[in-house]
Amino acid sequence: MSATTLPEGNAELRALLRQVDKGRHRRDRVMKVLIYAAFVLAMLPLISVSWTVLVNGIERFNAYFLTHSMRGVYGGMDAGGIYHAIIGTLEITLFATLISVPIGLLTAIYLVEYGRGALARSVTFFVDVMTGIPSIVAGLFAYALFAVILGPGIRMGAVGSVALSVLMIPVVVRSCEEMLRLVPNELREAALALGVPRWLVVIKVVLRTSIAGIGTGITLAIARIIGETAPLLITVGVIDSINFNLFEGRMMTLPVYVYRQYSQGLVPCTPGDLECIPTINYDRAWAAALTLILIVMLLNLIGRLITRFFAPKNLG
Amino acid sequence: MAQRIDVKDLNIFYGDFRAVADVEMAVEPRSVTAFIGPSGCGKSTFLRTLNRMHEVIPGARVQGSVAMDGVDLYGSDIDPVAVRRQVGMVFQRPNPFPTMSIAENVLAGIKLNNRRISKGDAQDVVEASLRGANLWNEVKDRLNRPGSGLSGGQQQRLCIARAIAVKPQVLLMDEPCSALDPISTLAIEDLIAELKSDYTIVIVTHNMQQAARVSDRTAFFNLAATGEPGRLVEIDDTATIFSSPRVQATEDYISGRFG
Repeated sequence: MSATTLPEGNAELRALLRQVDKGRHRRDRVMKVLIYAAFVLAMLPLISVSWTVLVNGIERFNAYFLTHSMRGVYGGMDAGGIYHAIIGTLEITLFATLISVPIGLLTAIYLVEYGRGALARSVTFFVDVMTGIPSIVAGLFAYALFAVILGPGIRMGAVGSVALSVLMIPVVVRSCEEMLRLVPNELREAALALGVPRWLVVIKVVLRTSIAGIGTGITLAIARIIGETAPLLITVGVIDSINFNLFEGRMMTLPVYVYRQYSQGLVPCTPGDLECIPTINYDRAWAAALTLILIVMLLNLIGRLITRFFAPKNLG
Repeated sequence: MAQRIDVKDLNIFYGDFRAVADVEMAVEPRSVTAFIGPSGCGKSTFLRTLNRMHEVIPGARVQGSVAMDGVDLYGSDIDPVAVRRQVGMVFQRPNPFPTMSIAENVLAGIKLNNRRISKGDAQDVVEASLRGANLWNEVKDRLNRPGSGLSGGQQQRLCIARAIAVKPQVLLMDEPCSALDPISTLAIEDLIAELKSDYTIVIVTHNMQQAARVSDRTAFFNLAATGEPGRLVEIDDTATIFSSPRVQATEDYISGRFG
């Protein structure tokens, strides 16, 4: 059926319906171009960063690198790895999450389900203020707090976790609050009308319905803090060997490792020393950065799987 | 099982605003009482005071008394949670729990309260409640599928099954058919006619034919003007209300000559 077989129709109506607003059409085009351009512009740095890290980091990224520490490694030695930094990052981040999620989630529940009036408003305000705390200040705060309790010069993983949780709590509160507000009020009322007490409604209906979103929010909050460098430099310090104990001694973390390796710069090799690699520090820094990015991506992937697993199912 | 409800001098407030004024009525046991009236006249608000659900809204409060079989539901020693177990509610829009299967939805009142129930008892409750809501034959082969996968009418009957599974004395229905097609509406109306042999039912409806079809007694609510509180104009046998109401406003409303 081609258009030509259709009758001409009412000419007057055709004139009314015909597109005459050329300006609108043009604006539509311009906006479309602008929006696509903005998207490309936003994607460029992301792709560029990923590509650079991948190209520079892949060389040293291998099983040896992932399973060895920097103990006894010096100069331009073709050795050394990030095992100790991976342990440190995972332990400190996990402990920070263990501190932040209960506090953040309970605050969000208070704000959405119970909070009224001045107290709720001030909690919201201070959470907003907390979002803006520079990470170095969080580090100084945690350091100062533990210096008061345990004496000056204290450095251990747990202090770093406290510093990170100062940064993480507001993110958890905000994202959990959004997710809890998405739960339809009708579900709360349905449960209340069945004679279910409020606290059980919160646990078994509100949290259960929004658990997928809360999981995503927590994953994003972890991704937000896992790359923090400055507070960890102050509170946890640096070390070359493996330390599993969060509560005693310094620990290495991936971002600090990247910073330290990169700031050490080129190795002055003696000419003729074939074992010596001048760029070894840079290579290690890039490979560690690649590892960090991969860990964050893995976390996001796990978050997605959790979301899919818990999401309310709507099958026919 | 079913109880009568006596309401005396009931005033309902949202903050400083008086939404409903001076309601006085009796709801007879084992009968259907319908509330009709224009939007905003306080029917739903009043309905929600019968199981203290309006307290969920911040700032809402009541004066006066609502007595079930002589016990004031607003007495100082009365637990609103316990009241809601005795006075069930079905809402305007079907709201099954999206995270639960059909069977779990029916058992929600028991499961959400952390009460233990044996598997056999649970099956009995599910079957009895779904049969009671005329839904058993449609869903008996897919009790473990999500409740949100049912049609709107089926979901609403699932909500009724959920409400009667906790064995309340009174069942409140807030425009239960307004989101449903005529066939589903008919199914719910048939169900209401069956349920009234066991329960005291109060239904809010915008559909006057529906009030005439399902109810034994009808209450007409009205408000003088926007910003004024809604009032109970009259309550009487449904036949009387629809044939010879005592108040002119009622006749105007049901005959469509309103305002």
